[in-house]
Amino acid sequence: MSSESIALSAVDHGTRPISERLHDWVVTVDHKKLGILYIVYALVFLVIGGIEATIIRIQLIVPHNHFVSPQVFNRMMTMHGTTMIFFVVMPILFGFGTYLIPLMIGARDMAFPRLNAFSFWMTAFGGLLLYFSFIGGNGLYGAGTAPDVGWWAYAPLTSRAFSVGHSTDFWTLALLVSGVGSIGTGVNFIATILCMRCPGMTLGKMPLLAWLNLVVGGMVIFCISPLTAAQIMLSIDRYLGGHFFDTQAGGSAALWMHFFWIFGHPEVYILVVPAFAFVSEIVPIFSRKPIFGYPVMVAATIGIGFISFSVWAHHMFTVGMSSYGNSFFVFTTMAIAVPTGIKIFNWLGTMWGGKIQFKAPMLFCIGFLFQFLIAGLTGIMLGAAPFNWQLSGSYFVVAHFHYVIVGGILFAVFGAFYYWFPKMSGRMYNETLAKWHFWLFLVGFHMTFDFMHIPGLLGMPRRIYTYEPGRGWEFWNLIVTIGVLFQIAAILIFVGNLLWSLFKGDPATSDPWDAWTLEWSTTSPPPEYNFATIPVVESRRPLWDLKHPEDPDWKYE
Amino acid sequence: MSSAVIARATIEPDWVLPSRGRVGMISLIAAESAIFTIFVVAYIFYIGKSPSGPTPRAVLELPIFNTICLLSSSLTIHLAVRALRNPTIRAFGFWWFLTMVLGAIFLVGTGREWQRLIIKDGVTIGTNLFGTTYYSLVGLHAFHVTVGLITIALVMIFTLLGKVKAEHGDRADVFSLYWHFVDAVWVIVFTVVYVIGR
Repeated sequence: MSSESIALSAVDHGTRPISERLHDWVVTVDHKKLGILYIVYALVFLVIGGIEATIIRIQLIVPHNHFVSPQVFNRMMTMHGTTMIFFVVMPILFGFGTYLIPLMIGARDMAFPRLNAFSFWMTAFGGLLLYFSFIGGNGLYGAGTAPDVGWWAYAPLTSRAFSVGHSTDFWTLALLVSGVGSIGTGVNFIATILCMRCPGMTLGKMPLLAWLNLVVGGMVIFCISPLTAAQIMLSIDRYLGGHFFDTQAGGSAALWMHFFWIFGHPEVYILVVPAFAFVSEIVPIFSRKPIFGYPVMVAATIGIGFISFSVWAHHMFTVGMSSYGNSFFVFTTMAIAVPTGIKIFNWLGTMWGGKIQFKAPMLFCIGFLFQFLIAGLTGIMLGAAPFNWQLSGSYFVVAHFHYVIVGGILFAVFGAFYYWFPKMSGRMYNETLAKWHFWLFLVGFHMTFDFMHIPGLLGMPRRIYTYEPGRGWEFWNLIVTIGVLFQIAAILIFVGNLLWSLFKGDPATSDPWDAWTLEWSTTSPPPEYNFATIPVVESRRPLWDLKHPEDPDWKYE
Repeated sequence: MSSAVIARATIEPDWVLPSRGRVGMISLIAAESAIFTIFVVAYIFYIGKSPSGPTPRAVLELPIFNTICLLSSSLTIHLAVRALRNPTIRAFGFWWFLTMVLGAIFLVGTGREWQRLIIKDGVTIGTNLFGTTYYSLVGLHAFHVTVGLITIALVMIFTLLGKVKAEHGDRADVFSLYWHFVDAVWVIVFTVVYVIGR
């Protein structure tokens, strides 16, 4: 297999001075470079957010611990949540989307390359703004440093009276700025997928990753905007003396909760649908079978997209809504489990009877399948209002959503890392180290988050700084913290593997997995123009058609 | 392998996709609608909840003239885009200028209303819940009008410099979507603030 290529310029890229090459990365509008920038940026914040989580867990390892002060604990908890959601998982997923969507739909770039760069830099500056609070959060009042209001920032904690200094303002501005970037990315995803597809790629022939990211784009523009609006209101309250969330002047604290969770719950699906997209690409390749039930997958994703906007108040059962409100949100929460379940069966159907290859990406996807199923089941438990009244605000909830985000999303992201690493870097990763990463992380994950359910059931509230001995929580907290060590070891292997392979790995061919989608038809890494001639496709698996002209897919689709 | 993947003869020769400018603008409008929705919901939720005055009934007057100006600017921008496509650049310049004037009248009207509210009636954003929600919602809309006016003014300058040609018709059309959206939002703001809320 050889690739047509175009000689862009005679300049040898390797010999230019490093300042010039760095300058290229800063001014770039190339979707591949921006995608990698997103991913590297998110990895840096993953380490920072991981350190914050480790501090939280060390503090909770034994009762009456004094590893950090209560004030620092609150800051760590707030920064960990905010960082992981907004500056790790979202940028990583946007990075993969930005990198892969144009390649998979046979385009040379996104619909709006400059908007793409703008979005990345807004996200990047948002993250810097959040972390600048450690330095600038004291402000003129000399109080507070990093935000300590929790990542929901419920009123009235955010009012001037309870949050002096500028810590909350940094939190607000960081989310406002990165939110604008995210909306830009959402617009760009939609425009790219609808308007830039190569000839022959009708909507029904798009790779599932493109379909799922189209839904993500739609969800981003409808769900990040309410957060942006709420942050504007909070700024008006804090800077201009407004009363939106000021209960003293007739404002409503519950309104903030509604606005936050109207954003907050679709956000979970914004994070998990791209993970679904990775799994939908990786599972068929390593099962050597086309995806089972493509149209149903698309329909289920769109269903999730719509229903996700009607479930937000299941975060608020303990606030005291009417019985009709409670019933409605219980019902919608149960309903959203249906399309999610359909997806799980489709992945299983894809694996059923396939020749499964247990390479690292596939291992992570199988881990995803099991863990996401369990996370969904505890989600259904918490979605039942009476059960929720008992356990809302406990460690059971913390265990549940970490099961979704770590056990589900992060596992799929690791799978995606290994799957597309050869394409992005032009080199193969070390399979042995990747397997070590998988098994260590699996053990660490289950030690931490399986056993975190139990202190929750025993009544341990979330967000507490320390706890009394003799309540039966000590043993479980000890195991939970020990699990963190395994996770740290796994992450170190992961980062080491990436760095080592980047420089010393075996060179990757353009199609190391014998895959079927268009990104594998160009070189690894792809040239700046992606495709020398714009491809023409006739089925969902164009490379299969090319490799098997005697039995192409378009005969059956 | 070659990037020119299997070109079977049956592929339709006319592969037409939607214009990315329109799709992008419609997506942006969708995002903006969500922002406005949250502000409108907050406004409606807080109608009559202010513990102290002044009330909207006591201080607000119907901005009929303003509304007529803003809504008719939707018609003039439509005529401008049509003229640009024809192409008759002079007619485009006329209608575009009229749009700018109508938009500016609206902004001045909002400014005068705010001046009266602040100086005569003493309603500021911190006075009560009505003040907070009113200035936020109307202000958010006025901000969008301002952004639109800046863009219109830039295009007006390019028109006077003779740089605007028929080939820019699609871009002007994409922008006109934004302007129509700003007008449509005003219909909702007018209904909520001056009809239902008064």
